[in-house]
Amino acid sequence: MSEELVNIEVDGVPMKARKGAMIIEATDAADIYIPRFCYHEKLSVAANCRMCLVQVEKMAKPAPACATPVMEGMKIYTKSPAARDAQKSTMEFLLINHPLDCPICDQGGECELQDLAMGYGASVSRYTEGKRVVQDKNIGPLIQTDMTRCIHCTRCVRFGEEIAGLRELGATGRGEYMQIGTYVEKAVRSELSGNVIDLCPVGALTSKPFRYTARAWELRAKPSIAPHDCVGSNIEIHVKGQKVKRVVPRENESVNEVWISDRDRYSYEALNSPARLLAPMVKDHGQWREVDWDTAIRATAESLRTLLRESGPGHLAGLASPSSTVEELYLFQKLLRGLGVNNIDHRLRQGDFRDQERAPLYPSLGQSFADLEQQQAVLLIGSDVRREQPLINHRLRKAALRGAGLLVINPVDFDFNWPARERLVVAPGLMIAALAGVARALAEAAGDGDAVARLHDARVEEVHRRIAGQLKGAARSALLLGNIAAAHPDGSILRSLAQLVARLSGSTLGYLSDGANGAGAWLAGALPHRGPAGQHTADVGMDGLAALRKRIRAYILMGVDPALDTWDGYAAGIAMQRAGFVVGIGSFRSDLLDSHAHVLLPMAAFAETPGTYVNAQGDWQGFEAAVAPPGEARPAWRILRVLGDALGIPGFSYMQCSEVRDELRSMVADRGPENVADLPAGTLIYKAPPSGVERVTTVSMYSTDALARHAPALQAASGADVRVRVSPGHAASHGLTDGARVRVVQGEAKAEAILAVDARVPDTCVLIDAVGPLHMLGPSFGPIKVERA
Amino acid sequence: MRAIINYLNSLLLWELVKGLGLTGRYLLDRKITIQYPEEKTPQSPRFRGLHALRRYPNGEERCIACKLCEAVCPAVAITIESEARADGTRRTTRYDIDLTKCIFCGFCEESCPVDSIVETRHYEYHGEARGDLLMTKEKLLKHGELHEERIAADRAREAPYR
Repeated sequence: MSEELVNIEVDGVPMKARKGAMIIEATDAADIYIPRFCYHEKLSVAANCRMCLVQVEKMAKPAPACATPVMEGMKIYTKSPAARDAQKSTMEFLLINHPLDCPICDQGGECELQDLAMGYGASVSRYTEGKRVVQDKNIGPLIQTDMTRCIHCTRCVRFGEEIAGLRELGATGRGEYMQIGTYVEKAVRSELSGNVIDLCPVGALTSKPFRYTARAWELRAKPSIAPHDCVGSNIEIHVKGQKVKRVVPRENESVNEVWISDRDRYSYEALNSPARLLAPMVKDHGQWREVDWDTAIRATAESLRTLLRESGPGHLAGLASPSSTVEELYLFQKLLRGLGVNNIDHRLRQGDFRDQERAPLYPSLGQSFADLEQQQAVLLIGSDVRREQPLINHRLRKAALRGAGLLVINPVDFDFNWPARERLVVAPGLMIAALAGVARALAEAAGDGDAVARLHDARVEEVHRRIAGQLKGAARSALLLGNIAAAHPDGSILRSLAQLVARLSGSTLGYLSDGANGAGAWLAGALPHRGPAGQHTADVGMDGLAALRKRIRAYILMGVDPALDTWDGYAAGIAMQRAGFVVGIGSFRSDLLDSHAHVLLPMAAFAETPGTYVNAQGDWQGFEAAVAPPGEARPAWRILRVLGDALGIPGFSYMQCSEVRDELRSMVADRGPENVADLPAGTLIYKAPPSGVERVTTVSMYSTDALARHAPALQAASGADVRVRVSPGHAASHGLTDGARVRVVQGEAKAEAILAVDARVPDTCVLIDAVGPLHMLGPSFGPIKVERA
Repeated sequence: MRAIINYLNSLLLWELVKGLGLTGRYLLDRKITIQYPEEKTPQSPRFRGLHALRRYPNGEERCIACKLCEAVCPAVAITIESEARADGTRRTTRYDIDLTKCIFCGFCEESCPVDSIVETRHYEYHGEARGDLLMTKEKLLKHGELHEERIAADRAREAPYR
């Protein structure tokens, strides 16, 4: 982009504009409003609504401001009689076919057409012929269509092509007969599809769950942060009374630009779910009894004291959701450490903890989201980034469209919406060999004898050399370790190799953490081996997985459903069953906790509690509560504060949530993570891949956390039926057919499910989209057997 | 001269005669005192009394929950909650008018795009408990059904002027 400026004059005011910019960009920058429908700063120029017609001196006809580049000495009149006439005529044409159903239209009150019709529309229509009527399309449970209202601005079509990367919506027919829709009736499946609702200038595309429940003018907008992934999208929560009615994006160019994922947009529905836990409950002779807070806190403190006296702190473990706020996690670890307990963890879906001592201060991208767009090569290791962090995927897609080479090492051939230059789809055990091959190729190319020696048993294949060449050849490159890499049973080796590759190729290494606040959880010290701000602890406690596998007597869970949120759901189930005392602090009821917990404390969910999330680029993003928690639920930081007081732990006299954050903030100061640490000495040994069939688990987009799982529209959109997926080759050799009922066996755990034959899965793998009963199956990765039921 | 006129006026009790003349005129004039409640004053078809929600002749409620009346109400007396009904139409689940807040300005009626909320000629109502003056959707619809004929006739008569 050239920064050359030209002189123009708008409405008699001289100004400068970037050469090559469109008139509308110059006027927007100068706060001169030109009406528009089809123009959007994030989309390509279509110039098909003609609303932005302006008068330009020496041009015979009015020119569209969105598609007319500025030129030296150009004189533009946006409000001259000629411009006004052109705009009013356009409006008259638009209103010919637009229905007058504003009173029942959800867009009423925030409609661009309605607003502009006030300024440019005539009060009486000269058109007496019949109006056009268009059949509504059913495009899924998230977006409601009213296609008669469509004014053919094609913003949604351009969004699909340019941003979502899926040509789902398109225009068929011409002129009067033009219609927007999916070519074949189907649900749109983009993970960003909800954004077309914001883009649509009229009420043709509106939110289905929000339909008819409130008016734009009744809603108060409360700024907040999305609670699902490590992007920390900025959102606005729209509240009526004490109910969250919808969530819309809040513009933040450095984080989410103007988009949010569907998960962030629709998960608010869970706040009104009937599964919410509304009162403190204590189990009394096997029966749940609702009690007041005093009783519940006293009972909890009493049981914990007895337990610690009898069995010692080694028999208590605390597991917290990685989507808890920084304040909650800090108080959680402070409470447990105050009791002498170090068995604290939030890494519930991680499979390997051997390298935790060498880990950086917190898992981060090592660069800003915007930097990601500028990378020329990105190696993605073990990540379904499109579903795990949709907006990071969006940045990667932008990089790919600019010509960056995206390289993938994954256990499943995920359908990304960008072309991968190299794609290595291998079983989890072989991912290590693949990455070692890349590392060795780089080491050989660099003549690094030491590194080659350490990788002596790595085999270099042609594809490894190509990947290495791409990374090395790019001026700017990055490695990203995704959620599958974190869950990998030999994740520590993957991380070491990734560090080596990053160092050898001069790439930036980034971690994509699970949950909304993985980075914040590390900083808050919700870890067995480090205190807040990375402080060294004298004792190292049990990590999240060991705490569930060892037979210990008590658990405190915060926002965790042990069956659905952990790496080994089977072990978690057994652990809960055997434990003598389980405290569940959570927002929702869950089957496992209902049967095995002893105290349930209702906690305020997202939007009901103040707090802070730290995202993958290290921004501390604070937010306030938007609504009051329902029933007796209380913000978790208050519950922990009172519990700390009741247990007589000093330093729990906070009055404000912000005091907790400030305390931690001052401890962290301005230290940042160092992603490429020194590798341990000696050979990088990796296990020979298991010869049998391996399980691969992906956490499906809408079952990552309790909020998403309890949002009806998201569940309907996920269309997730419990299926075990194997490759066509695997199915053929084992005599299995698509749709057959199969028994899945993993050690002691067994489950029945429907089989799906899926070509994305390697032959020696079984893919399980962790939904429903299959959560209870056992470790997310490892040997598995699928047999005919 | 003025002193003489004043003297004559008071001597001849002219003011008394004037006052009695007024009394006499009203004595013989047409009587306007109304014996309420036996007698009632005539009403304009535009009279703004108790509210009602109307139905279409086929029995379907008119209100589409556009909430314009709620937005325009200067006394904030109207509370509406809405949803998509099973048949996909936009309907209210709650329509409350707090008569203790209402100032009977008639803006709700004017703003209604479907002539659903109206102010009827009915003004003789009372409440014995506080809640009695909170008109719910059921009460408003029932009131509308009771007076539909009159409401429709009044609207028809006033249509040319609206």
